[in-house]
Amino acid sequence: MDTQPKIETKNLNFYYGSKQALRNINLVCADRHVTAIIGPSGCGKSTFIRTLNRMNDVIAGTRTEGQILLDGIDINAPAVDVVELRKNVGMVFQKPNPFPKSIFDNVAYGPRINNGKTRSEIEEIVVKSLIKAALWEEVNDRLKENAFALSGGQQQRLCIARALAVEPEVILFDEPCSAIDPIATAKIEDLIIKMKKDYTVVIVTHNMQQAARVSDFTAFMMLGDLIEFDKTERIFTNPANKLTEDYITGRFG
Amino acid sequence: MKRKKIIQFIGFLFLRVCLYTVLAILLILLYDIGKNGGGAISWEFISQPPRRGMTEGGIFPAIMGTFIVTIVTAVLAIPLGMFAAIYLNEYAKQSRLTRLIRLSIRNLSGVPSIVYGLFGVILFVNILKFGTSILSAGLTLGLLTLPWTITSSEEALKTIPNSYREGALALGATQWQAIRTNVLPYAIPGMLTGTVLGLARAAGETAPILFTGAAFYLPFLPKSLSDQFMALPYHLYIMATQHHAIQQVRPLAYGTALVLIVLVLGMNMTAVVIRYRLRRKRRW
Repeated sequence: MDTQPKIETKNLNFYYGSKQALRNINLVCADRHVTAIIGPSGCGKSTFIRTLNRMNDVIAGTRTEGQILLDGIDINAPAVDVVELRKNVGMVFQKPNPFPKSIFDNVAYGPRINNGKTRSEIEEIVVKSLIKAALWEEVNDRLKENAFALSGGQQQRLCIARALAVEPEVILFDEPCSAIDPIATAKIEDLIIKMKKDYTVVIVTHNMQQAARVSDFTAFMMLGDLIEFDKTERIFTNPANKLTEDYITGRFG
Repeated sequence: MKRKKIIQFIGFLFLRVCLYTVLAILLILLYDIGKNGGGAISWEFISQPPRRGMTEGGIFPAIMGTFIVTIVTAVLAIPLGMFAAIYLNEYAKQSRLTRLIRLSIRNLSGVPSIVYGLFGVILFVNILKFGTSILSAGLTLGLLTLPWTITSSEEALKTIPNSYREGALALGATQWQAIRTNVLPYAIPGMLTGTVLGLARAAGETAPILFTGAAFYLPFLPKSLSDQFMALPYHLYIMATQHHAIQQVRPLAYGTALVLIVLVLGMNMTAVVIRYRLRRKRRW
């Protein structure tokens, strides 16, 4: 394989209180490739992706064991600043969550809070991010409008632009299309495929076709276990594990 | 089938009668005060101090006293209540201790106001040596308002969707940045609504200021926060029950009641307007 590891988890266990949600996950997300996580509801795929930018920190009573290496550095090490981590590892959520601000201010949110950039620098970042998120054409004449005026699909692309504006290296997508219609979904999938030129992408999806379309590698999870992890092609044509085969052929969901 | 409809009809009728009863009581009350107090209202009444043993003249010092003491109350209750609510809702771990604290705060709002009055005498007047003064009375009323302020502020913070907090955190905001830039701006109108309602209640209280600063009669306005003051609710209490010529001053008592009600109503209306604007703007 001509791939470099970007994120690597080693014997990752995760607990909500006494309930174990992830069991011994060993997974490698390749640099500038798309890694998809699939599996039935409640299998821990969202929990897993949220460990990668330590979003679970905000939930009381959670505990992480094992290692998550980003460029070889353990992100749970005491020396790691979670704010820096999240700037480096962006996230797009399941439900589009634009802030009740203008389109411009939404995208400018990250650059503004993160450090003293000048007004013109911020403007430049906003435009660049909107172009990258394939939204610029649709909104360039109404940047001052409230973000809630956009359609659901546009809102999600706005959230992608907002994440890109922080200039991360990794972007996590937590079921980004589950609240969006098929045409808007197609646009976002195109976007994800284009994004892997510059970014490492990890996407959680309950839509197997989506995983097959956009990803290079696919991990299949069930009940907190990583059942199988391989090239997407292989997972969907010739899975090694019976459970994977049953899942992708739709024998259970 | 028919029986069901009859039961429903009777049920709705009952609910409607309850509502009308409450409304009727309120209207009769307002009508009585308006009819009897309306005559007393004049420019002199609201701009002059009382004269001749409070049988003539106006209630200007009482209006000003209530106004000033409410400001002292607000200065204590608004920041303290809001920050306490921010801590409780945003930072504190949801443990048994915080549940206990929250329960205690709710209980505090049910403590009779005279108890706050006595507490104010001990703490502010005696221990802290503020004397019977605007400061002591205002702080006592502030304590009375705090549980309302904290509770309503916390409710306002709860209405802000979690996705705003998570969204900001995921972009590399610190927790305080997320709260300051993406939670508070949307929560503050709601927080203010509850706070203003609490202040309106405090403005109408008699018991907490009875021993802590309100004076029976002062011909002058207070000059500093350590002076005593006249207040509308206390003045009304005196005019209605303690005056040597109760019958004679009855119209003045009604007039005072009318002014007090208009004042409190005005504050409540402010809260309603804030809330209305918030609802119109809110999109989540």
